[in-house]
Amino acid sequence: MTTTLPPRVARFPFPFPAETYRYATNVEPARRPVRTAGGTWGEHVVDVDDDYALDIALRRAVLAADPTRCAQLPHMRVAAWDALTTLLPELAAIRPDVVALHRRGDRWQWRNDLLGTSSSFVLGDDDSVPGGPLAFLGSQVQEDVVLLDQREGSLWADAGLVTFAADWSLGFDVGMRFQEVHGPVPRVHESGVVARAEQFLMRLQPGDAYRRTNWTMTVDRRLDTSTETYPDWGRDRRLVVDDPALPDRLHLRVEVQHLLRLGVSNAVCFLIRTHLLSLRELATVPEWRRRTAAVLSELPDDMAAYKGIERYRHAAASWLAGG
Amino acid sequence: MTAVLPARPATTPGEVPELLLEVAAVAHAADGVRALTLRHPDGAPLPGYAPGSHVVLTCGDRRNAYSLTGEGAPGEAYRISVLLRPDGRGGSAFVHGLAVGDRLAVSWPRSAFAPVATARHHVLVAGGIGITPMLSHARAAVRWGRSFELVYGHRPGAGAHREEVAAVCGERLTVHESTPGMLDAVAAVLADRPIGTHVYVCGPAPLIDFVERTAEELGWPAERVHAERFSADLDPGEPFTAHLSRSGVRVPVPPGVSLLAALEGAGVAVPSTCRQGVCGECRVAVVSGRPLHRDLYLSEAERSAGDAVMCCVSRSLDDHLGLDL
Ligand code: HEM
Ligand code: FES
Repeated sequence: MTTTLPPRVARFPFPFPAETYRYATNVEPARRPVRTAGGTWGEHVVDVDDDYALDIALRRAVLAADPTRCAQLPHMRVAAWDALTTLLPELAAIRPDVVALHRRGDRWQWRNDLLGTSSSFVLGDDDSVPGGPLAFLGSQVQEDVVLLDQREGSLWADAGLVTFAADWSLGFDVGMRFQEVHGPVPRVHESGVVARAEQFLMRLQPGDAYRRTNWTMTVDRRLDTSTETYPDWGRDRRLVVDDPALPDRLHLRVEVQHLLRLGVSNAVCFLIRTHLLSLRELATVPEWRRRTAAVLSELPDDMAAYKGIERYRHAAASWLAGG
Repeated sequence: MTAVLPARPATTPGEVPELLLEVAAVAHAADGVRALTLRHPDGAPLPGYAPGSHVVLTCGDRRNAYSLTGEGAPGEAYRISVLLRPDGRGGSAFVHGLAVGDRLAVSWPRSAFAPVATARHHVLVAGGIGITPMLSHARAAVRWGRSFELVYGHRPGAGAHREEVAAVCGERLTVHESTPGMLDAVAAVLADRPIGTHVYVCGPAPLIDFVERTAEELGWPAERVHAERFSADLDPGEPFTAHLSRSGVRVPVPPGVSLLAALEGAGVAVPSTCRQGVCGECRVAVVSGRPLHRDLYLSEAERSAGDAVMCCVSRSLDDHLGLDL
């Protein structure tokens, strides 16, 4: 390993622990750095990288064009405040150099030097915070957020702010049970992956923080690949196959997902942070290049089709293996 | 004040992460009931919790669960109220012996009795010292504007937190000092609250039974009736010894220590990811003895075959468990 890898590579959460990939309830305790062949990731629950200001601006633009990316059923008000008042302190704790939080009773003051903004709000007063607590949270963290209510022996995806979905739609999923949200995913129902995951999540206790990774591929550095914008990005999945720029255009898309039990509301907070690394960047780490080629060529067809990578995955694998 | 909460350390089941807290105040809450305020010795804010949560106190050589009586906002001190039980196992006597400045190990809050967010109305029913989680529910309901009422029954003159409860609830409180009066009041409330109401009860077993039975007779769906049951945590378990058949090593596994942690402590590397019994990573083949399965991973068939164990959470039914390690 060289020490000159650019931060995007060095901090990349490489998702393949083995030469083949299958779904599993792959959860592990959060807040522990993971060493990879390229560097490290995973020290914190929320993470700020060099794209911070860009990502926040992009989220604002996506939301302005389509407000359904932020959805909240009425009973999730406490959970939304809970998420805000849990995650702002997380951010303040890891980046005291650029953000500052002060509380006096219920009045919170928040300064964000990365965005050059400062705000104040009154805990529990929805009108005191622009767009409500969830929208404000989304204007401060790079992560997408889903909040799940726990009742009647299930988890329900009852609120969220998701602008960077990997081919799904928050507006469609909001109000669904955890099992239904995972309805389209192959294999995970028969193999018990989803049922086990839900049992595990329902047992989380206040302050618990776990994480997992999930992956797919995306053409270009496009974060907004939600179902709603499919017409904008769907055809690139076909066109990229014959494009000589394939190694620069195709990206391994990895989501670092955190799972937290919020203390006050008892909701489960699901954070999704999306990382994109082009094949060319990936190939600068020989172990990643080799392993990704192996995983992509072996991946069963149903999983490749579900991920939407079936047209180009062999082209990607052969570039990685040979190029 | 900058409001940075301590990160909860990750632990394995059977180990509950702990805070070392200091007794900041001791007050008399009713005959035989002591109210304690607990703070972080250096003033650090404490984690928030859902109404109805409890903490587990290490009381000398035993561990007792007590409901937190506060609203649950992050940063506030923890308050518990403990009834002295002269015939109990000594936990309450230990707590009654604590004085301002004493320090003790307190678990992170555990939530098992939270309000249901979709409820249209919350009926809180408290009997005697069962008022403690209900006080927390009532405070949080006021804070977040939830519709609620509290029916509180206690022996004449022996109502813990009477004034506080009245101040928090105002008109929404009714108090009963006789058992028949209390039961009639509860039955009347259960008979005419709107669809979408949830009822929560904490108190002596006969009161809980009465609420459950009456609600059922009146056609309440079971999901709308909630009774305080303490912690569903995995218990620390019995001690046993793991025999590693390949190396011949014997590894003792004490209560409260997982088989995985004991193996790691003995220098035996076992792959693990979740340490919660869900991911399937830490499976170890069993060559003798009967495993006590506590995981979510193995299928029923695998469990009854008894030839594998998820060592991060599961233990042994026998004194010895032979492992293929
Ligand atoms: C331990 C927890 C979890 C596990 C093991 C898990 C597992 C999975 C897997 C294997 C997939 C397929 C991914 C792919 O191949 O690209 C998936 C998709 C998905 N998961 Fe989860 N998941 C977990 C938690 C959550 C939570 C808390 C949410 C919040 C609502 C969530 C929402 C989704 C959504 C929206 C999809 C896409 C489904 C679609 O295609 O419409 N997951 N999950
Ligand atoms: S480490 Fe995941 S099942 Fe044991």
